[in-house]
Amino acid sequence: MSLITKYVLISIDEDTLIAGARKVESELNRILAEQGLSGEIMVVETGTMGIMGKGVVMLIQPDDVTYVNVTPEDVREIVSEHLLKGRPVKRLQFTGKVDQSVISFRETAQELKKQNRVVLANSGLIDPESIDEYIAVNGYEALGKALTAHKPEEIIDMVKTSGLRGRGGAGFPTGLKWSFTAPLKNTPKYIVCNADEGEPGTFKDRLIMEGDPHKLIEGMAIAAYAIGAEKGFIYIRGEYSLSISRTQKAIEDARAYGLLGKNIFGTSFSFDLEIKKGAGAYVCGEETALINSLEGGRGNPRVKPPFPGVKGLWQQPTVVNNVETLSNIPSIILNGPDWFKSIGTEKSTGTKVYTILGHVNNPGLIEVEMGTTLRDIIYKYAGGVKGGKFKCALVGGAAGAFLNEEMLDVRMDYDHLGEYKAVLGSGAILVMNEESCIVDMLRNILFFFKHESCGKCSPCRIGTAQLYSLADKIYSGKGSDEDLEQMLTLSEAMSTTALCALGQSPYLVIHTAVRFFQDEIEEHIRRKVCMKDICRMNGAERR
Amino acid sequence: MKRKEILRKYEAKPDNLLYILHDIQDASPYNYVTEEDMEEIADFLGLPYSKVYGTATFYSMISQKPRGKHVIRLCDSPPCHLMGSESILDILKEELGIDVGQTTPDMLFTLEITSCLGVCGVAPAMMIDEEVFGNLTPKKLRKIIKDYREGNV
Repeated sequence: MSLITKYVLISIDEDTLIAGARKVESELNRILAEQGLSGEIMVVETGTMGIMGKGVVMLIQPDDVTYVNVTPEDVREIVSEHLLKGRPVKRLQFTGKVDQSVISFRETAQELKKQNRVVLANSGLIDPESIDEYIAVNGYEALGKALTAHKPEEIIDMVKTSGLRGRGGAGFPTGLKWSFTAPLKNTPKYIVCNADEGEPGTFKDRLIMEGDPHKLIEGMAIAAYAIGAEKGFIYIRGEYSLSISRTQKAIEDARAYGLLGKNIFGTSFSFDLEIKKGAGAYVCGEETALINSLEGGRGNPRVKPPFPGVKGLWQQPTVVNNVETLSNIPSIILNGPDWFKSIGTEKSTGTKVYTILGHVNNPGLIEVEMGTTLRDIIYKYAGGVKGGKFKCALVGGAAGAFLNEEMLDVRMDYDHLGEYKAVLGSGAILVMNEESCIVDMLRNILFFFKHESCGKCSPCRIGTAQLYSLADKIYSGKGSDEDLEQMLTLSEAMSTTALCALGQSPYLVIHTAVRFFQDEIEEHIRRKVCMKDICRMNGAERR
Repeated sequence: MKRKEILRKYEAKPDNLLYILHDIQDASPYNYVTEEDMEEIADFLGLPYSKVYGTATFYSMISQKPRGKHVIRLCDSPPCHLMGSESILDILKEELGIDVGQTTPDMLFTLEITSCLGVCGVAPAMMIDEEVFGNLTPKKLRKIIKDYREGNV
């Protein structure tokens, strides 16, 4: 039997698949076989390594060399130069600074300090389609520990003590949410995973499911045990085909190993999971809308109360948690709540996964401690602003807020951002350089809300359409001061009257745009000019 | 016929409605669900037609109009918009000779705008059927359309 000397980890996720990762992989396997190296060099498919927009990404271990933009034509050179002669191919090496995304999740202590990976600890390092690899990195140990050594109430206490808060956007304490449902005698109860990630600019949940689906399944099983559910659903948006197939395989493998199904770990606890596919509706990210969609109908939100924790799916008690939230659970059980509390800030514990995009040099996915500043995230992890000076960042997606330069040093967590009336939201950070126009972006966001409004309540149905038409007037050089004033008052009224978060959200993005960029907006109104030459002013004066 | 076969796979429970709609649309050569489809689903599930129609029209992935062989869905959410999806849209309209929501006369392409596809790392991006294309440039876009026209996919 030959000895494996090197591992080639090739990232297979939506981004690298677009760039032709499969072609590179088959070329690699072909050349390795041709050179008689198949027994010595092992090709492993992994989930994302956190590098985006840089084509096919591969990592050679134990050499710790990352290659980007690899094409099938490059493969022979990598094999003959690097794998055979030990000379890395410099022109393909990832040139980002060492403290960026992918490099920092290696084992060395110094690098680990920079990014603190909990949720993404295995992503990019194990084969997400192999349950054995997950088990090899202590996978399902937390579930075993929970079922055999703890009562459900103890699990809830641990999660409460850990301070974990919902990572879907609202930041509600997870343990508290569970504690409302756990004591209810009304069975069956359900655990639902919200994987209908629709917030523009957010794709962390997709990468968690593509990179480490077993962690989510383990987290859900523990949650189910804690609240007394025997059945769970993962509601994944329809566009995420790779997430759906990987998670489906993971469920089947877990069933085959007895980690889902009847009497798990020989206990009286039984639990099974099912995937449900969404069909393209942003509002289904709202938990009651998601429940309606699970029941097969229109994804309209319900009036709360009753909350889903009491009356949810088929009117039964239902806990709805986000993918990232649930993926934190195994580590909390395994390492203890105090360990979790030692990461992050006092009231926002643990890590946060961000997707950082737009005008940055290295767009991608990072996981850092709660409380890391926006400046560090942009300049340390994403390689700085591309194509001009920093103008602002849209943090939290369309339902988020614009943060300008003076906000760069605000600590990113629920409470510090809350002081500025901003939100952490889904963790999407869209960086805009000076060449972008705030009116153009605002109009685009308001179109999004108009399009996605479900139409159930009038403040949102009428309000989102009206907000868009006002923004469009300003964009077209036909706006007035009164139009801007009306946008402010209308969105404020919607924030207190709309049925769900969708109609309440435009307020924040409009108000932060006006707060930081009033002059620029007024230029569009009074001088009928877009200094960035982006807005289409229908023949009006241009720069 | 196909519709009957699809229905037979399912239990007649209302919560299967969305999945049946997905399946029937996937089996249609023109990527949509017809009125007769919806009527038959309603009968099968014991639901009023209005409920089926309401659900089918709610979701942007389900269409009630015949669509082309290939459905192009360009993302125009804020990240793609910032990275230039609007000029990509202009080129798409020009190349295809149709507006958003329309289908080419040869029934080859339908052009749609979609909300965030979650591949913002490679913005601007679009999907053609199940395939995702990112880092779009005018040149790249024209080549992709040409490849689909010539059947090289």
